[in-house]
Amino acid sequence: MHISENTANNGVNVEALVGAREALGQAPEAAEFTWRATCTWVNGTHSHSTVEGFFGLGQEQSRKTTFHFDADHPEIFASEDKGATPVEHVLVGLASCLTGGIASIASYRGIQLRSVQATIEGDMDLQGILGIDSDVRNGFRGIRVRYAIDADATPDEIRSLVAQSQKRSAVFDIITNPTNVSVVVD
Amino acid sequence: MGTVRDITAVIVGAGHAGLAMSRCLSERGVDHVVLERGEVANTWRNERWDSLRLLTPNWQSRLPGYRYEGDDPDGYRTMPEVVSFIAGYAEAIAAPVETRTSVTAIRADGYGYRVVTDRGEWRSKALVLATGAFNIPLVPKIAEAVPAGIDMLTPIDYRNPEQLADGGVLVVGASATGIQLAEEIHRSGRPVTLSVGEHVRAPRTYRGRDIQWWMDRTGVLDERYDQIDDIVRARGVPSFQLVGTADRTTLDLNMLRSIGVALRGRLAEIRDGTVLFSGSLHNKCALADLKMNRLLDSFDGWANASGIDAEVDRPHRLAPTAVDESPPLSLDLVKGGIRTIVWATGYRPDYSWLDLPVLDRKGRVVHDGGVITGAAGAYVLGLPLLRRRKSTLIDGAGADAGDLADHMLLYLGNRPASGGNVQGVLAA
Repeated sequence: MHISENTANNGVNVEALVGAREALGQAPEAAEFTWRATCTWVNGTHSHSTVEGFFGLGQEQSRKTTFHFDADHPEIFASEDKGATPVEHVLVGLASCLTGGIASIASYRGIQLRSVQATIEGDMDLQGILGIDSDVRNGFRGIRVRYAIDADATPDEIRSLVAQSQKRSAVFDIITNPTNVSVVVD
Repeated sequence: MGTVRDITAVIVGAGHAGLAMSRCLSERGVDHVVLERGEVANTWRNERWDSLRLLTPNWQSRLPGYRYEGDDPDGYRTMPEVVSFIAGYAEAIAAPVETRTSVTAIRADGYGYRVVTDRGEWRSKALVLATGAFNIPLVPKIAEAVPAGIDMLTPIDYRNPEQLADGGVLVVGASATGIQLAEEIHRSGRPVTLSVGEHVRAPRTYRGRDIQWWMDRTGVLDERYDQIDDIVRARGVPSFQLVGTADRTTLDLNMLRSIGVALRGRLAEIRDGTVLFSGSLHNKCALADLKMNRLLDSFDGWANASGIDAEVDRPHRLAPTAVDESPPLSLDLVKGGIRTIVWATGYRPDYSWLDLPVLDRKGRVVHDGGVITGAAGAYVLGLPLLRRRKSTLIDGAGADAGDLADHMLLYLGNRPASGGNVQGVLAA
């Protein structure tokens, strides 16, 4: 694997990525990041979340914009549908993580992308969250992602991009492997 | 005990690598000793399972001044045959081996090294670590969570299926070791579940020739460490999924699945006696299939460009790895009938006796192509991609040892006669 001479223009700063990888390899403590969000109940199942600062490179980091996310449930759940459901936010997280990864890896490999589109579906049996059948899990039974990619590359090179993106994806790891979650009440 | 002997170079380990270095130093007139904790080829004698055969064909074991002379160049040596091949080499080159001599400490001593053994001490100007990369089995920390009553063993303890309790076996790891043990244990009537993480798939033969013939002829095995972009990553890539058998079969996940081995994802966690597997099995298999096909494409390109297309069979591809649509993500060890877990999760070198500041934060020797950083006149052999892709093969020891012996000769020529210490001297 090598950085191509004729760098593809996918809007990814490959030099910065390679530089960061090298720098953080030598200073592993700077690679310790903490991501955070706050969530406030609004009404019913509707909640409002914001994402702003995070910790990384040894210090608090701020950004120019505060990002807002509404979550709710559809009307067939007798909710007001003020936002995507939390599980749809999870699907968005996985699809956007894989898609960003594809662009980064394509740029590193010198592959010009023209279009990348993911369709993602998660199957769920509501008997789990409704407590009808304790043998049914709450979460997704399975998740399917389908990519349509137009790029200057062979079909196997494109498959390899998508495979490598899964290998390096944080959200793919979070979903496919267990994570300890601690929830406390102040 | 009590005596300190002076010598120019000490080589630790009388396996193929240490012996190749011994031969290279003899050729260059460097007096040396080879210290061996057991007998020549000790690891091959005592730390491998009964059915194991070398993964490289007989013709490929080429050592400086020594090669295979038998009538089965394409066969794969059994362990007794490997031992006798290496012992024969030690004899042929009259290597100065001190057997049954365990090194207990190595420290800096002026411009050289003090090597302490259970049979006296040596003072040397140069040092070669040829103890190999496969000394201590790596077992993940989560093994502590395995419920009592389930036997656990590593490939170093494993000899054959008969030593295992009757009942189910979980084999963790699907590189060469894991797939070989999974097959023979499953065929012994103990149903095997195989936990599969990142792996490297390869056919035993391709277009009628051994995979190693292709690796050798195309020059892949000669690729140098300083020509590879991401050397840290490349050094961590698992071994090919291969087995050496009389009928040269390809042993892969499709074959294991066809005999009934249950394929599961990487072992991610053990909670309350239940193993949790990663949901990434499909992608791990896709990555391995894609990587294998890139390798075979490169062989085809080489065959075409070299004009030997007609000498080998036609190109072909292996069936993609078949994986159940939704492989189970958990296994209750007791309820699931698992009596034994085999951790085929890799090895690491043992440097517990090395009292030199040459290890990184992950316990690896820091070196540049085998020239140890921060300890002048000290060298290491036999680590993955040390100088070449073939550095861990018997066939790779000679070239690496030759290069490092040349380096040592220059170092010895430029070395200050006295004063200071090794950490202050940059090797030539």
